[in-house]
Amino acid sequence: MAQTTAAPAVRLSSPTPPPRGQMSNVYASGRLGRWVPWAILGVSLIISLAVFALFQAASGGDFNVAGAIVLTGVLNGILIYVTALLVEGIRKAKDRLVTTLVSSAFIIALAPLISLFITVLSRGTERFDLQLFSESMRNVVGQGGGVLHAIVGTLIMTGIATVISVPVGLLTSIYLVEYGRGALARAITFFVDVMTGIPSIVAGLFAYALFSLVFGPGVRLGVAGAVALSVLMIPVVVRSSEEMLRLVPNELREAAFALGVPKWLTILKVVLPTSLAGITTGVMLAIARVIGETAPLLVAAGFTQNMNYNPFEGRMQSLPVFVYSSYVSQGTDAQAYLDRAWAAALALILIVMALNLIARIVARLFSPKLGR
Amino acid sequence: MSKRIEVKDLNVYYSKFLAVEDVSLTIEPRSVTAFIGPSGCGKSTFLRTLNRMHEVIPGARVEGEVLIDGDNLYGAGVDPVLVRRNIGMVFQRPNPFPTMSIRENVLAGVTLNNRRISKSAADDLAEKSLRGANLWNEVKDRLDKPGSSLSGGQQQRLCIARAIAVSPDILLMDEPCSALDPISTLAIEDLIEELKSEYTIVIVTHNMQQASRVSDRTAFFNIAGTGKPGKLIEYNDTDTIFTQPTVQATEDYVSGRFG
Repeated sequence: MAQTTAAPAVRLSSPTPPPRGQMSNVYASGRLGRWVPWAILGVSLIISLAVFALFQAASGGDFNVAGAIVLTGVLNGILIYVTALLVEGIRKAKDRLVTTLVSSAFIIALAPLISLFITVLSRGTERFDLQLFSESMRNVVGQGGGVLHAIVGTLIMTGIATVISVPVGLLTSIYLVEYGRGALARAITFFVDVMTGIPSIVAGLFAYALFSLVFGPGVRLGVAGAVALSVLMIPVVVRSSEEMLRLVPNELREAAFALGVPKWLTILKVVLPTSLAGITTGVMLAIARVIGETAPLLVAAGFTQNMNYNPFEGRMQSLPVFVYSSYVSQGTDAQAYLDRAWAAALALILIVMALNLIARIVARLFSPKLGR
Repeated sequence: MSKRIEVKDLNVYYSKFLAVEDVSLTIEPRSVTAFIGPSGCGKSTFLRTLNRMHEVIPGARVEGEVLIDGDNLYGAGVDPVLVRRNIGMVFQRPNPFPTMSIRENVLAGVTLNNRRISKSAADDLAEKSLRGANLWNEVKDRLDKPGSSLSGGQQQRLCIARAIAVSPDILLMDEPCSALDPISTLAIEDLIEELKSEYTIVIVTHNMQQASRVSDRTAFFNIAGTGKPGKLIEYNDTDTIFTQPTVQATEDYVSGRFG
């Protein structure tokens, strides 16, 4: 009888077995309680802690944290597979094993991100004060100083890059989706793909070469940095808005045509509003992609310690370049430079986060209303 | 406003493929004409040529003439946009604009064309069109809700309201009830009966009972086989088509012996 073979595991299964004499449900099988996976995880953790504590006691040295975590993962996988196999059968056992694997993969993928964020947060808060946001680095050699010039530079250059890239990218994707046929459309798609793969330093060199043709060699301008960024941004905008425009059902275009609406008005008033949320998200992702670029800005916009609000004159600082340059050339008071670099990195991350947050809000506001 | 449609020797091509061959028929104003026939026989394609909507599909082209009260749709210098403003169309699947409210959907034909309209005139137009589509009583308290919040049948009547809001001369309907339940279908059939007094209506349907219920005249289309062009087999009063068809294929089709 199945009831007796499963007897040792009955303690683990949460539903009570059917009373004696009553027919058992043919669809029912043993089930692990909700707490069991967590308990197994705890047991694995305790065992591996104990093992590595023994190692430490035997050989001396530090406690091996990484080893303990890896052993916990492996033990947890084996234990949960065996337990589920005994109580629930082979299908559920596989399910639990794969669940464990997927969760581990997720944690492994997340670990560097969280580690990075914690590191930046802990080191960046040292100098994350009002002075950081109210002063430039002009005439500062040791402590003090701020990154206002870099924040302003980043915002101005990324802003100009966005102003250049969004119209170009959006109009290109509209051409590809609504008008493009044949060889020209295929060529554009191909070159956009090629542009996606351009190394960012090449974009910086391109912008530098372009502006040095006009202003002579050695030119460093904020607007040159913006052009370099837009070279990187345009393909991302084209790709994401193209996907979004293709998602708009053809029926909506036909509905508008059948009302006697010309094609350009249909695109402007039906297709774009319907896909606006997705396009906004895509643009924000593109901004997030370029706002952290260092190399092209270093080449095209240079770096400076002074405030510069004018993108058309003189060098312009940006946050990534500021972080890079204060790390590379630490002055007399090295710690002050490092603290400022970390604080600037934190500011950059917060700016990107704020942009993503705005993008989500905008996407929610503009997304098609579904009523229910 | 209601106009006569005269089709003369019309061929429709998709690139090189001849989809509909040699159709000639005349549709009287203030009448309902049904197109019936098996799938793929070119009914919908032909219907779309009556307001040049087939041009949305790349490679589609037409030979022959479609005269609306004597004006050739395919004459030199004809703007398809102007054609579609006067010949409305309702599609198989209800397709209200998802970004717009019920009221905005009804007024879409005006607002999308950037025409100015006063608030009171817009209110009147919305009410008149929704009443015309038998939808006013169901939605008058929630005109600002999104159009997609309505049921399928209501959405389809919303699309009809949207189509008649631009006061077209002719209303083309491409299987307007095929996605709807019998109750909603009945509502739309009643509506077609009422709209007949003002518009020339052409309806494509797979439902022969529907054709016999709503239409005055019926056209039967058929194809000889896959890859062959669709042809107009028989065109006559609905009663005649369903009781004493002159062509054997029509009789087979309407009596359910094939198709």
